[in-house]
Amino acid sequence: MSVTDINETVQYLTFKLAEETFALDVAKVREILELSNITKVPQTPDFMRGVINLRGSVVPVIDMRLKFGMPATVQTVNTCIIVAEVQMEDEIIVLGALADSVQEVVEMEPEQIEAAPHIGTHLNTDYIKGMGKLGERFIMILDIDRVFTVDELTDVQR
Amino acid sequence: MIEQHIVTYREEAIELLAELETSLLELEETPGDAELIGRVFRAMHTIKGSGAMFGFDEIAGFTHEVETVFDLVRNGKMAVTKQLLNLTLRARDHIKTLLDASVTGAAIDRSDGDAVIAGLKQLVPGVEPVAAVRAAQESAPVAQAADGDRKTWRIRFKPIPEIFLSGANPLNLINELRDLGTCHVIAHTDLIPHLNEMNPEHCYLYWDVILTTNRGLDAIKDVFIFCEDDCDLKIDLVDDGQEESDQSYKKLGDILVERGDLSPVEMNKILGLQKRFGELAVAVGAVTPDKIQSALVEQQQVKNVRQERAAQDATTSIRVPAERLDQLVNLVGELVTVQAHLSQTAAIQNNAEFAAIAEEVERLTGELRDTALNIRMLPIGSTFTKFKRLVRDLSQELGKEIEMETEGAETELDKTVIEKLNDPLVHLIRNSIDHGIEMPDVRLAAGKPAQGTVHLGAVHSGDSVLITIRDDGAGLDRDRIRDKAIERGLISVNAELTDKEIYNMIFAPGFSTAAKVTSVSGRGVGMDVVKKGIEALRGSIDIASTKGAGSTITLRIPLTLAIIESLLVRIDTSYFVLPLSHVEECVELTRDDIKNAHGRNLANVRGTIIPYIPLREQFEIGSNRPEIEQIVIAGINGNKIGFVVDSVIGEHQTVIKTLGRMYRDVKGVSGATILGDGTVALILDMGVLLQVVEAQELTASF
Amino acid sequence: MPKLIMTADDSASVRQMVSFTLKQNGYDVLEAVDGKDALAKLGSQKVDMLITDLNMPNLDGLGLIRGVRSGSLNKFIPIVMLTTESQDSKKGEGKAAGATGWIVKPFKPEQLIAVIKKVLG
Repeated sequence: MSVTDINETVQYLTFKLAEETFALDVAKVREILELSNITKVPQTPDFMRGVINLRGSVVPVIDMRLKFGMPATVQTVNTCIIVAEVQMEDEIIVLGALADSVQEVVEMEPEQIEAAPHIGTHLNTDYIKGMGKLGERFIMILDIDRVFTVDELTDVQR
Repeated sequence: MIEQHIVTYREEAIELLAELETSLLELEETPGDAELIGRVFRAMHTIKGSGAMFGFDEIAGFTHEVETVFDLVRNGKMAVTKQLLNLTLRARDHIKTLLDASVTGAAIDRSDGDAVIAGLKQLVPGVEPVAAVRAAQESAPVAQAADGDRKTWRIRFKPIPEIFLSGANPLNLINELRDLGTCHVIAHTDLIPHLNEMNPEHCYLYWDVILTTNRGLDAIKDVFIFCEDDCDLKIDLVDDGQEESDQSYKKLGDILVERGDLSPVEMNKILGLQKRFGELAVAVGAVTPDKIQSALVEQQQVKNVRQERAAQDATTSIRVPAERLDQLVNLVGELVTVQAHLSQTAAIQNNAEFAAIAEEVERLTGELRDTALNIRMLPIGSTFTKFKRLVRDLSQELGKEIEMETEGAETELDKTVIEKLNDPLVHLIRNSIDHGIEMPDVRLAAGKPAQGTVHLGAVHSGDSVLITIRDDGAGLDRDRIRDKAIERGLISVNAELTDKEIYNMIFAPGFSTAAKVTSVSGRGVGMDVVKKGIEALRGSIDIASTKGAGSTITLRIPLTLAIIESLLVRIDTSYFVLPLSHVEECVELTRDDIKNAHGRNLANVRGTIIPYIPLREQFEIGSNRPEIEQIVIAGINGNKIGFVVDSVIGEHQTVIKTLGRMYRDVKGVSGATILGDGTVALILDMGVLLQVVEAQELTASF
Repeated sequence: MPKLIMTADDSASVRQMVSFTLKQNGYDVLEAVDGKDALAKLGSQKVDMLITDLNMPNLDGLGLIRGVRSGSLNKFIPIVMLTTESQDSKKGEGKAAGATGWIVKPFKPEQLIAVIKKVLG
């Protein structure tokens, strides 16, 4: 995975999943919600936590920790839902992602970002756009469109 | 039957002619015998009257002339002379000739008849015979065609007190007026006397009828044809069907004066008092309240009619972009959700005023919802036309002769549903043409007409539309489908299946029994796609087929995708809604019932064994089953199936929200809805759930 | 319960035709061959309506109508007279005697039924 597609200064929303810090292009983020009642849809994989009511629309919620092979999200006062717009094939869908806490919005130059290493992240590097260096910290920049590839979500059934 | 009447008439006429002859001959002996004259008259009268009834017009016409003369004799205005008797006897012979000719068909020498009539006329100089028998039109009021404008009439019908003695019933007459159009009837009671002065056989009531009709004055007069002389009848035009709505209406006082209920002097006196006219007029004792009431009704009806007309004159339809309608429906959906929240909150608050407001909002929301959804309804016919073309082109390509019939093109469905129906219908029709209808020579050999028929019909059924695609082709081949299903491992070799279950196999993915692939079907799109398409519309699909006679595929499609009536249920902390259209009843399921069924999911409902699906288990919802559960019994494809839930909350207006593509392959859940408190409840598709469970059990039984 | 209608006519063919038409339309029929016969039958039998010819032996239509109206059992029933005379004088006489309405011969079955429906409601 190269970083060549990141060639401009972008604002990122950073959030935590377990001990790790992730970042998401703010252009993809619609809003951040407090954790509310999630309705589980029967016979779906665990990481698909269910659906919520977002001002009259039904929006699916994903537990990214489970998706990334970490233990399930434990609800705390900081737990929140990041509502993001995700490109799936030819349409944009709105979905919520559970995060342990939301940190801040940071600006990063393309030169601050390196390609993700293929090992050592415990993560499928397909989901990672790059590793941002913020002072001493490394931040994993998510390629949210890839995280929620259609096949992955709709095929789990079988 | 009429033949029989004619035979009777002939026999009767021959008897009468014999009697006429005898009477005439006797009359020659005693020319002044009134009894004999009466008998002669009646004989001719009956021959004439009945003759006209049974189509013997010439006899009737001729006899009439003779009878007219004898009427004069009967009334003493003419004497019986030898000459008269001769002519009458000749007339009798002529009638006989006419009667015989009607049987034999022999030619008639009319000169004899003409001579008789000429002779008779000479005997009565100065008397012009009344025009021959006709005038039937005059008696029986037969329905008249509508003649143009809807006009409003005021009819004051005041029968004489003795009206009942003529056998007339004023009520019938008023009802007859009602049949003519929009009608308001006001009864006036001011003529009813005190009880001790009342004659129970008299009628003291009279009526004002304000009638709006396009049938014209004659139609109204016809109603009273039999009692013109027994009543005071005043018919006035109060709206001529032309005036625009913005024109001023007649004032109450003017109406009363026009009707003669009030004199102009009185009116001016009252007007001088400058208060509400109606109240004043009663107060000063000038008119009775029912007269005012009647005048008000007239005013109102004229107003209504004019407003209606104005509305019709305005543009009857406008074009609106479809998105705007969709937006409207979405907004209505949100409003319904908010309203549910409001009602729920109001129910908790225990505040009467608040509750009343919530109720009013609920009512208005319901009306708004129905109106909004109605706007999106379109007749399915436009799609049908497209299919005609498809059938024509395809049948030519395949060398088949196929005629397409459509029925119910005017059936209305939600626009979005119609759009989504297109592909499944194309596929089903293609299938009928390709696999269903045989080649002309095959059809002829099977004793069927060379031309096959594909019938496409739509009809409303409750909150659904039934669409049928029927062909008179070869029908489904049960054995071949079965073999194929075994080959594909869908069923075991010794599985006992009903025809329906076997036919349903064709909906399995990739299932095709087509021996050869044609350009029409066999494009990799199977019936499973059709089924998916229909299920996406929350519809169901059903097959019936008779080998050699054809197949019928019935699609049941909900009228709208937006809002449905449903039953809200709860399992543990989760809420689900079940479409009410399938729900038949709810019964309790106790621990004892479960024990008695020995582990089988069967319930005994009033002696009928009903299988059920425990949704808690099916959905893997943890926690313990409550002591008493509820079984929601649904009718699915003609079978009763129970769905076990913890409790039934009640009926719910469900605004359907899609779960989106992330959940599109989840079976048994067709969507979601937002409850009054904001939580999301899932909409269950009971038909699909049943299939899922059946499939699980099938796998388990291998 | 079907309504019972009496047809009084000295012409068998007219009686047959009227009675056939009425039965076809769901009415019960009582026949009388002349006014005298009709009046005798109406003295003890309640009917819903009477259809009578005007010219009949023994007792004519007008006499029959007057008789019915001055009786009690069928005093208020609708009475329709069959007449070949389209002149008003006959209708007037009939009306004065107490007839409810009239039908001018010849008539078609549907005209007969229309008139019956009109007066029977």
